[in-house]
Amino acid sequence: MSCMAQQTYVSSRAAVPNLEFRPKGRGIVPRGLTFAAVLIILLMLAIIMGNILVGGMGTISWEFLTHPPEQGMKAGGVFPAIFGTVALVILMVIAVVPIGVFTAIYLQEYTSPTSWTTRLIRVAINNLAGVPSIVFGLFGLGFFIAFVGGGIDTLFFPEEGPVWGQPAIIWASLTLALLTLPVVIVSTEEALRTIPRELREGSYALGGTRLQTIWRIIIPQALPGILTGSILAVSRGAGEVAPIMFTGAAYYLPYLPGKLNDQFMELGYHIYIMATQSPDIEATKPILYGTVLVLLLLTFSLNSVAILIRSRMRRSRVGAQ
Amino acid sequence: MLQARLISTDSRQTYNSNSKGYKMKKMLLTGMFLIAIAGIVVAGRNITIKGSDTLVRLGQRWAEEYMKQNPGVVIQVSGGGSGTGIAALLNGTTDICEASRDMKEKEYKLAERKGIEPLRVSVALDGIAVFLNKGNSVKELSFAQLKGIYTGAITNWKEVGGTDTRIILYGRENNSGTYAFFKKQVLNKEDYSEYTQTLPGTASVVNAVSKDKNGIGYGGIAWATGVRFAAVRKADADSAILPSVESISSGDYPISRDLYWFFNGKPTGELKTLVNWALSEEGQEIAEAMDYIPLPKERAKAGMID
Amino acid sequence: MEHLRFKSKSRWREFAGEKLISISAFTALLSILLIFVFVFKEAIPIFVDDYIKEDASLDKMLCQQEFYEGREAKWSWQPNSEVPKFSLLPLFIGTLKAALVAMLFAIPLGVGAAIYSSEFASRRMGEIIKPAIETFAAIPSVVLGFFALMVLSSFLQQVMGLTFRLNAMNAGIALGLAIVPIIFTVAEDAMTSVPGSLRDAAIALGATPWQVSLTTVLPAAMPGIFAGIVLGFGRAVGETMIVLMASGNAAIISISVADSVRTFSATIAAELGEVVFGDTHYHVLFLIGLLLFIFTFVVNLGGDIVLTRLKERLQGRTT
Repeated sequence: MSCMAQQTYVSSRAAVPNLEFRPKGRGIVPRGLTFAAVLIILLMLAIIMGNILVGGMGTISWEFLTHPPEQGMKAGGVFPAIFGTVALVILMVIAVVPIGVFTAIYLQEYTSPTSWTTRLIRVAINNLAGVPSIVFGLFGLGFFIAFVGGGIDTLFFPEEGPVWGQPAIIWASLTLALLTLPVVIVSTEEALRTIPRELREGSYALGGTRLQTIWRIIIPQALPGILTGSILAVSRGAGEVAPIMFTGAAYYLPYLPGKLNDQFMELGYHIYIMATQSPDIEATKPILYGTVLVLLLLTFSLNSVAILIRSRMRRSRVGAQ
Repeated sequence: MLQARLISTDSRQTYNSNSKGYKMKKMLLTGMFLIAIAGIVVAGRNITIKGSDTLVRLGQRWAEEYMKQNPGVVIQVSGGGSGTGIAALLNGTTDICEASRDMKEKEYKLAERKGIEPLRVSVALDGIAVFLNKGNSVKELSFAQLKGIYTGAITNWKEVGGTDTRIILYGRENNSGTYAFFKKQVLNKEDYSEYTQTLPGTASVVNAVSKDKNGIGYGGIAWATGVRFAAVRKADADSAILPSVESISSGDYPISRDLYWFFNGKPTGELKTLVNWALSEEGQEIAEAMDYIPLPKERAKAGMID
Repeated sequence: MEHLRFKSKSRWREFAGEKLISISAFTALLSILLIFVFVFKEAIPIFVDDYIKEDASLDKMLCQQEFYEGREAKWSWQPNSEVPKFSLLPLFIGTLKAALVAMLFAIPLGVGAAIYSSEFASRRMGEIIKPAIETFAAIPSVVLGFFALMVLSSFLQQVMGLTFRLNAMNAGIALGLAIVPIIFTVAEDAMTSVPGSLRDAAIALGATPWQVSLTTVLPAAMPGIFAGIVLGFGRAVGETMIVLMASGNAAIISISVADSVRTFSATIAAELGEVVFGDTHYHVLFLIGLLLFIFTFVVNLGGDIVLTRLKERLQGRTT
């Protein structure tokens, strides 16, 4: 910080207002107003959480977590939806983590931050993070299902009906992988930046090649960051509904997805259909609240773990310096 | 720690562990490749049923029971609306399309162009009920009144014998067969008022009307809880009739319809067994137990595939 | 010999590994391009195919149409009618209304909380605020939509005596909840990156701490706050599940936020499942997707540039 101070005086000239400061006043009004904003946010959070907790607590039981829906979703549990969600994010992680980590390594270790390729890739990542999730859904349908899946079908299964050119867990997870790619990249990059240069130089001095250095020194060091990124990606992916609506999520399946081209049930989608299409909304309400609570607990616990790892990582960096 | 790690990086060890890592990676990659290939080749086919939200519960129940009796058969059921199902049939992405309406002429033409031969089988009956809030004093509505209400010509309950409050319209998304059927039967194909709140399922409509004392909605009678039915008359001179199993299967209730399964060509094998089972007494009893209206026995028998 | 073989093998491995890494690095770029290409490809027929132009020419999507003889001309979204009507205006208005309500709700909360967190909060308070905001950001949008549908809508209707239970205000507030974390994070980041020297200067000139915040830090961080707001707006326009569940989805042209609205994103979500591939309706939905994509692309690029410039300036790397 202090080393930058000298330069900033020059550059931020415009930002220092030419004002006479009145010495009076303790800023109660701005302090109060901004604090009110904080209070409202906390209050809304408390209301939402409280509502869902109260509504869903009574429903959650071992039976609820391990049984499929019954009687047109008026009874039973959400096991297939939990299973589908987990299977979905596992496939997604398999696809997204290597690519995300490699991209981060490329950006941090291979190119200078000012080169045009880096800039271009960075712009792409930032924009990918901002593409509306429903557009990912459109893309998944147009590219993965119609183009890739349809292509495989015409090549390998010209006689049969659609085998791959239809909504399936593999297409949904690949769509989600693209959606969560920026999360993994950003998180890994942050971790890579914290690795001291001496480590790399030490490795090179001992005769390690760049790839050896990356594989044996850098990736192990960046592991917490990679882990954080993966967990955040999972938490994000588990909650997204719009991209999977057309690429693989099913209203109801009597079996668990066992093949890559099966459809699947998913918690978020299950919430959506139960809230809007269940046969009897009043009767499903407890189950609906229970499902919401399960999804929230899943995403929150994943997030807390990610935050914990990250803060430990940051602390250890501070300690090292 | 750091030192230890660097010291251990002498070249021999690098070579050994690297080659081990390489082998592992190679194995992993080969494995993944093999799994992908195997996945592509082995992937079998299940029976897929897709379409009408009105029928999805019945389809699901039938699938459940059929699979229980015939282990080894896998049926996957999804909803989304009749339009969704028909689109899937035309796109070749479903075996059975559930629909609460017939295909439109345009869709038949499209099917022809795509080389699909739709075969229609009635599997159950359904009545479209008009839902009112329990607090609403209006008891009966004529087709003319309903048309006025849903096209936006009548906007106040007072005009149809109720209190002086605005009518709040609830309807289905435009992919639903219910939407299309109601439009054709009651609205004479005119457009719904733009003020109609379109909700993604009949249950949402029922739920909305049950909470909104000025609301009106429509949908299959199997769904109604917490709302009241309006008695409906077709012409002003007719007597108003409440929807019920009897009035619908006798054909007295004016807004009733067949619910269909569409196939691509004449079903054979497992598909044929499934549809004949659904039309059997056992299948139709299940339909009745799920609050659908079973087909009259002769019609069910006549519909079976030989 | 052994040594040599190791070398050559290692060189091959080095080559393959580096190629793998650099190819992976272009995935993000490739995906953005593919998304654009594939969404664009499906929207093209609207401009070239005569059959599709019949119902959905640009003229018909943008201008008032007299659909039935003798009736007033209007903008109407009725894609499944006997005369399909694909006017985008009601959807545009709906999208805008919901997003504006969201902004009205989220800007004061997000910016206010960011100011408090970076300027006034004690360390302990900061330790409450940030995790709370992160928690908020972690709530899946389908859960917010669910909350708006089941709880918020009835509450608003009772309190304000609204005619429509599901309306622009209801959806907008829930949307606002979804974008508060974005605005907060970007704005807070901008304010904390204002260098201490600037604060010192203002204090030296006799400012009290809160005056420093409001007259020095805030103006300096303004581009960042603005960028946060713009990024939030981009998200509000593209967000799907909340509006799909909580807005009532009626394609009405009006300015009242108490009316139901149908947004671009919700329209795609509600109707895409139904369409026959290659039909007019299908291409129109992809056109809407393309519009959303281009809009958010511009917004993100703009926000990105503003933030990069701001950081460079605050860190003194000006040219």
